Amino acid sequence: MNRALRLIRRRLIGAIPVLLIVIVGTFLLLETAPGDAVDAYIVSTGGDAGLIEALRQRWGLDQSPMTRLATYLWSLSHLDLGHSVTFSRPILDVILERLPNTLLLMGSATALSFGLGSALGIVAGAKPGSFRDRFLSIGSLALYAVPGFWLGLVLTVLFSVQLRWFPISGIETIASGKTGLGRALDIGRHLVLPVAALGFIYLALYLRMMRTGMAEAWRQDFVLAAKARGISLRRIVIRHVARNALLPLVTMLGLQSAQMLGGSVVIETVFSVPGLGRLAQEAVASRDTPLLLGIILVSAVLVIAINLIVDILYAFLDPRVGASEATA
Amino acid sequence: MMLDFRISRRGVLAGSAVLLASTALPRIAEAQEPKKGGRLIVAADSEPRNLNPAIVASNGVFFISSKVVEPLAEASFDGKDGLAPRLATSWEGSADGLSVTFKLREGVTWHDGKPFTSADVAFSALQIWKPLQNLGRVVFKDLEAVDTPDEHTAVFKFSKPTPFQLIRNALPPLTAVVPKHLYETGDIAENPANNAPVGTGPFKFAEHKAGEYYRLEKNASYWGKDLPHLDEIVYRVLPDRAAAAGALEAEEIHLAAFSAVPLADLERISKVPGISVISKGYEALTYQLVVEINHRRKELADLKVRQAIAHAIDKEFVVKTVFLGYATPSTGIVPVNDKQFYTTDVPQYAFDVAKANALLDEAGYPRADNGTRFALKLLPAPYFNETKQFGSYLRQALAEIGIDAELVNNDAAAHQKAVYTDHAFDLAVGPPVFRGDPAISTTILVQSGIPDGVPFSNQGGYRNDELDGIIAKAAETLDPDARIALYRDFQEKVAEDLPLINVAEWGFITVARDTVKNVSNNPRWAVSNWADTWVEA
Repeated sequence: MNRALRLIRRRLIGAIPVLLIVIVGTFLLLETAPGDAVDAYIVSTGGDAGLIEALRQRWGLDQSPMTRLATYLWSLSHLDLGHSVTFSRPILDVILERLPNTLLLMGSATALSFGLGSALGIVAGAKPGSFRDRFLSIGSLALYAVPGFWLGLVLTVLFSVQLRWFPISGIETIASGKTGLGRALDIGRHLVLPVAALGFIYLALYLRMMRTGMAEAWRQDFVLAAKARGISLRRIVIRHVARNALLPLVTMLGLQSAQMLGGSVVIETVFSVPGLGRLAQEAVASRDTPLLLGIILVSAVLVIAINLIVDILYAFLDPRVGASEATA
Repeated sequence: MMLDFRISRRGVLAGSAVLLASTALPRIAEAQEPKKGGRLIVAADSEPRNLNPAIVASNGVFFISSKVVEPLAEASFDGKDGLAPRLATSWEGSADGLSVTFKLREGVTWHDGKPFTSADVAFSALQIWKPLQNLGRVVFKDLEAVDTPDEHTAVFKFSKPTPFQLIRNALPPLTAVVPKHLYETGDIAENPANNAPVGTGPFKFAEHKAGEYYRLEKNASYWGKDLPHLDEIVYRVLPDRAAAAGALEAEEIHLAAFSAVPLADLERISKVPGISVISKGYEALTYQLVVEINHRRKELADLKVRQAIAHAIDKEFVVKTVFLGYATPSTGIVPVNDKQFYTTDVPQYAFDVAKANALLDEAGYPRADNGTRFALKLLPAPYFNETKQFGSYLRQALAEIGIDAELVNNDAAAHQKAVYTDHAFDLAVGPPVFRGDPAISTTILVQSGIPDGVPFSNQGGYRNDELDGIIAKAAETLDPDARIALYRDFQEKVAEDLPLINVAEWGFITVARDTVKNVSNNPRWAVSNWADTWVEA
């Protein structure tokens, strides 16, 4: 346990420069994009020069970029994410409102792609080169090649418009007044299609990784030894071959979390899920720099946290890793 | 078969008339007893960050807040001067153009129970419309005072003669009245009621869940007898353009206004039983497809070049291909469907590539060896699919006459800055709105002396003293007929000198389930109060 704590502490300290680079980089990137928050606002309202100037002053956009960056970093050092001009609300509130939806979507989709992907990977890898291996590998690749928004649209047309099994969009029934279990079931029903759309795309990754890992493991001496000892094929597949192939998948899980966050932007838009991805898109369109920085900060913390968990998991799965971390 | 009708301009009108008749007639013929109660669910594609229609007079804001906050009068198909009374019951201008007297409706209360009086109108006009509102800053610029001799009379006093006709035309979009008692203390721009509006309308603002929905509730003490019919209106936020059509088909929403269902989907969805495609109800909200020209560019400052570009554009083709027939080719800066000011008596530029090429040769821009005369930058506005698609069309049309246009696609904020602030464009494609009177938001498209950064205004550096003179004169001409004559002159001069090129004009399309009744029954229906709308069980 002590080892895990040390790991956490080291990771957290190491994360600070990463976060700082991310913030400054994003700020500069958004600064070079033409137009500011006032331009984005005035497009939808119209207005004259006096109004434009007054708004720029009110929103602090008349100051130089460096002053604004310094102000932002200063308030950030007090753990204050600032105020969103788009929503006229504190940024932390806006983000915390959307975060659970994204976490739910991402978490379920990751569970789906990891769970189903590795299970099918075992099926395929149990007998590399067989018909079911070819079928699964090609099928999953085809899914991987499909753009997320298209898969989302096809699923809605089929399951919402034609069959009417699932709601077409949103995270829950509007103003339904449901609470407790009823509400949880309602949210679950709404999540089925977006989770499927997001999860199926990344399924191929886990499937193929599992399969490749297993194909390699079959050639190892210990498999031969296990066979020689007369252990049943089922036991060899699960205990010896699959388990050895599992490790790289866990690594992938950490790396994939960042990717998944990107994919959820598209899926959240197609399914009108009010999540972090869509919020980020709105923040860019309205040039709400502090809001975007807040989202990126929260996402970065999220990715760092997931990778930390993965590392701890890794140490648990493979004691050699933990030992080297502890002595390093 | 419908599409065959829409090849000529007359054909377009006939085509849309058939379309209208096919959807409107059954509704009129039915004339059932309205059903009380129920929830209407409509699609919303954006979430305006300020919902106060007194400050932001834009259709995105009106779409939601017009049910909550009412103007003095609303547009009407059959009312006198095209108006129906709302918070004002009558209006009269003085002969000298220095005052307008409004009689206000009695027995009206705000949603918080306080009575509505002339003080609210005076406050809204002087503290909000004139100093803060995007359009009111123009129309009410000479408003000096609002006298309130009694609780139900408001007399607007102007420092300079102001045409009553203009004030009247501006009533529907510009005169949303907000409660003085909520706005008189503190900063108006930061007032919480801007995000949760309080008004006198048939519906009260109930809640907004960002990214999900807005909910409005019935105002049980509304002044309209037995109105509203509905218990609730819910605006479901559907940011994806493909989502609205699917949600309509899945019966998750009842109605999608403002062409939330893309034009390309209309033919298919019109065949779905129980769903109608309605092009009526946007007559007072005409959007214009315009080629904005930067006159600072030497070649474009030459009238012959502008004429050549006008001749190079096949408006019929644009209407047929880009708008799939749901538009009308423009003849000039005032749209064809305007009843007061429109004139056909202006120079026309027929589609004629040979003539366009000849004009460019005459202007002294011969084709170089690679077939190109000169190159320029073309910035289509990103706000509508149609503006972007027309940008691609225009690039090809210009190539035909030896002008090499480089397409620059920006998002909304970047486009605003590039075109209206930095003037970093040669040609741009814009969608300005005609709002019932040229003085509201049309003359600024060509008028000189407008500061940098104002969207949908002359940012092309165009200056024509004669045109500026007509605009100034019309602004102080009181006699309606004389004013109309001036604006006809204005249309002619614009068509002659081409400070910009009007290509097409369009209203939007509403797609609704047939269970929704009283749809599109006024010329600003999508942004009116929906008090008489109801949903069949």
